Amino acid sequence: MTANRVLGFFIGLYLCVFFAYLFLPLVFMVAAAFNDSRFPTMLPWQGFTLDWFYGFDSRGRAIGLFQDARMGQAIWNSIIIGLGVIAISLPVGLAGALYLQTIRSRAKPLIYGIMVSPILTPGVILGISTLVFWRYSFGVGGGLLLAMIAQSTFIAAYCMLLFMARLERFDRTQEEAALDLGASQTLVLRRILLPYLMPAILSAAFIAFLQSFENYNTTLFVIGTQDTLTLNIASRVRLGLTPAVNAIGVIMIVLTIVGAVVYEILRRREARRSAALAG
Amino acid sequence: MRDVLHRFGPATGALVLGTVALWVILLVVLPQLFMIDMSLRPNLPPAARGGPDDVWSMSNYVTLFTNDLHRAIFWRTIVSAAAVTILALVVCYPVAYYLAQEVRGPTAAIFVLGLIIPFWVNEILRTFSWFLILSRNGLFNQVLMGLGITAEPLNLGGVGAVMLGMVYAYILFMVFPLYNAIESLDKNQIEAARDLGASWPRIHARVVIPHAKPGIAVGCIMTFMLAAGTVAVPQLMQALPGGTNARWFTQIIYSLFFDGGDWNAGSAYAFALLAACIVFIFVMMRLFKVGIADVAK
Amino acid sequence: MLAGKSVSLENVSMAFGDFVAVRDATLEIEAGEFFSFLGPSGCGKTTILRLISGFNEPTTGIVKIGGRVMAGIPANRRPTALIFQNLALFPLMKVWENVAFGLEARGVDKATRRKRAGELLELVALEGQGEKLVTQLSGGQRQRVAIARGLAVEPAVLLLDEPLSALDLKLRQKMRAELRSIQKETGVTFIYITHDQGEALTMSDRIAVMSQGRIEQVGSPDAIYRDPATAFVATFVGESNVFLGRIVEAANGVATIETRFGRLSGRNPEGLATGAEAQLVVRPERCRLATDQDPLNRLTGQSRRVDFEGSFINLVLELDDGREIVAQLTNHGEALHITPGEAVSIGFPTEAALLLEPGASTGA
Repeated sequence: MTANRVLGFFIGLYLCVFFAYLFLPLVFMVAAAFNDSRFPTMLPWQGFTLDWFYGFDSRGRAIGLFQDARMGQAIWNSIIIGLGVIAISLPVGLAGALYLQTIRSRAKPLIYGIMVSPILTPGVILGISTLVFWRYSFGVGGGLLLAMIAQSTFIAAYCMLLFMARLERFDRTQEEAALDLGASQTLVLRRILLPYLMPAILSAAFIAFLQSFENYNTTLFVIGTQDTLTLNIASRVRLGLTPAVNAIGVIMIVLTIVGAVVYEILRRREARRSAALAG
Repeated sequence: MRDVLHRFGPATGALVLGTVALWVILLVVLPQLFMIDMSLRPNLPPAARGGPDDVWSMSNYVTLFTNDLHRAIFWRTIVSAAAVTILALVVCYPVAYYLAQEVRGPTAAIFVLGLIIPFWVNEILRTFSWFLILSRNGLFNQVLMGLGITAEPLNLGGVGAVMLGMVYAYILFMVFPLYNAIESLDKNQIEAARDLGASWPRIHARVVIPHAKPGIAVGCIMTFMLAAGTVAVPQLMQALPGGTNARWFTQIIYSLFFDGGDWNAGSAYAFALLAACIVFIFVMMRLFKVGIADVAK
Repeated sequence: MLAGKSVSLENVSMAFGDFVAVRDATLEIEAGEFFSFLGPSGCGKTTILRLISGFNEPTTGIVKIGGRVMAGIPANRRPTALIFQNLALFPLMKVWENVAFGLEARGVDKATRRKRAGELLELVALEGQGEKLVTQLSGGQRQRVAIARGLAVEPAVLLLDEPLSALDLKLRQKMRAELRSIQKETGVTFIYITHDQGEALTMSDRIAVMSQGRIEQVGSPDAIYRDPATAFVATFVGESNVFLGRIVEAANGVATIETRFGRLSGRNPEGLATGAEAQLVVRPERCRLATDQDPLNRLTGQSRRVDFEGSFINLVLELDDGREIVAQLTNHGEALHITPGEAVSIGFPTEAALLLEPGASTGA
């Protein structure tokens, strides 16, 4: 029995260390955003400041995150790309899910494999292949549009998986009942299938935007001379690092925490509602 | 195909089929084929393209394997990706197991949330936070100096820094598939094994791991793929003092595209990386006997 | 207000690959009839329903509704409405929206739809429930929403797929009466499928008994019960004692067969000839304790069980070859003094028994 208790203690310790490993680096990064030190660091602590969010240095130059026009433009670009990715990935993912759920051919695993393959492909490969293809076939060079296309390649696949999971539990006799009552196929889609899919659609839009916003490896190759938030952060780390970068980190982490909590709450509520409907 | 038209009607059905076809062809298949095509052609100025010199050859690939430096970096990238994967697997397995099987109820929900939050923080910020730890004013150096082990801050850049960065950036891609796979195991099976007198190592080897195989495969595939194909981590870690000598294969590819303008060689190198990943995926699928369908979450 | 149409099947067969679900079915269902398909699971009755409603096209044969050939007309354009076994109500819509859905599909405006839905809910005794979600209703109430939804499109034929199988006994009995009265009131042709013979016998104007894709017999409940056409019908609908033998005498609509238990006589409506193999079927309730007044049709066996079932008593006898036969005796209030193992004789009048061609029974 004691051996078990000792084992239990070490396991608990292991878990603590693991979670500390996950969170502490982020904590340090957040802390450094408030440290009045030119180079981002937590120690030595030189005093609390919000200058890196909005402030001026001794020579009156703006040093804060909110004053950085380039960063603002980069964020704006990221948002535009994110919206574009939603606009492409959602319909494509939905079409893919409906297609796979409907066909019954024996080639189905193969087709499924091809459609899911972008998820298993390294981001750089997706970026490169998209760049090469669109540049030489359609003359589309690097930029926001190409970034939307490249990212959608794998984000659409993720959306498709989300839709398929939801569709799997759909009772197809409802479709038959609707047809039997005289509905056209379009009406069935509009009034029966899409309302059922709505939670998945919202979920997919959210996930698609998030994945687009934080993408780096693929975007790097297709963005041309434009800038996105992640690219901006990376280039500033390499040249011209100030705790303003930490400041953006703080904001993103706060948003992430809020987003994750809200998402989990909504997901659980939806799961409970589906269980009630089924029962 | 007829099933789709039958279910959705001619108009919507055609729309569905058309969208799927366009996506698969334009976004998935053709770009890859183009990249392969580019990789087999020599790097010619625009005028000479389509001309007599524009023939297929393996010269770009030969370049990769005869260039000692590039070859070394290629293997370094692959090997460290594999090392990161194995390390992540070993570290995450206990965590996944205990969260999936031993912890229940609201506590489990909090722990899972505790995994989700860092997971959703983007890759760049995660890498950046380790960059800070390893920097001259960072935690590592502060601790070493504080304990009196070193007097001067160390330059911690290099291959090690990149690997540490990769572990931190991608470790959560191993936890979730493992967790999901182990959670689906009926706890009664473990109880039954215990009841029959099996020791814990045996229980893991014979009951848990076989059940978790798809999860292990997925976790390894995702982690390896991200680690082998990352540009972000090496780029950031290069900015550490002493980091400039640790170039990564993906950086070479980037440079071929945007510093040298040799898209053909770049494509070839990229395809080599892809091939390595595909080989890894197949090995994993064989080893753990999983199919494509299991791989998708 | 509504009016039913006739349905006819002409040599209809349905095969799914190698499996033949319906074999050469031919029958005529009259307009305004309450018609049931009765048979065990897998006999093909659901397939017939889907053929009539348009979800499957027959491999061979013609389906007509109201005299009009239905080939090539998809389900959403046929004058039928199908009540699914799992009801298939739309969970995300309110009750009235469910009922009005068929009207919505026909482009009827919202106000009219709502009004009509209200009328139908009244018809099925669910007035006032329109604003609820279907998930808030009980099983019996959901059943009625499904029926109202089907009737809303004013179908010529309403098809019901074992609608009461998920309900408990009391509710089932109540719903049977309600369905019957709705059918009479609206005049719609009801085609009802079930495996419960009690249901079919109580509710239907006529019944088609099916087994393994084949229609064994079509007739009124009374006709099917009194004059089963095959051994299957005789044993699936109600109970029957079945005896195999060879005909030794046949005349005037009566025939006698020689069995190992002696000679037994019964009606011979099919005119089976002397020397032919035949089965004699007789129902337990027509058997009684033998007296000296019935020299014919007498069977002796050892009493195995005496099951007291309230208004009647089932006497189970074991014959020489180990088989059991059942005699159902009305409880007249006298005590029955039969000890287990005692030799008992039962008898039945000739006109209570029926001679049929040899064939499969349910084996029950």
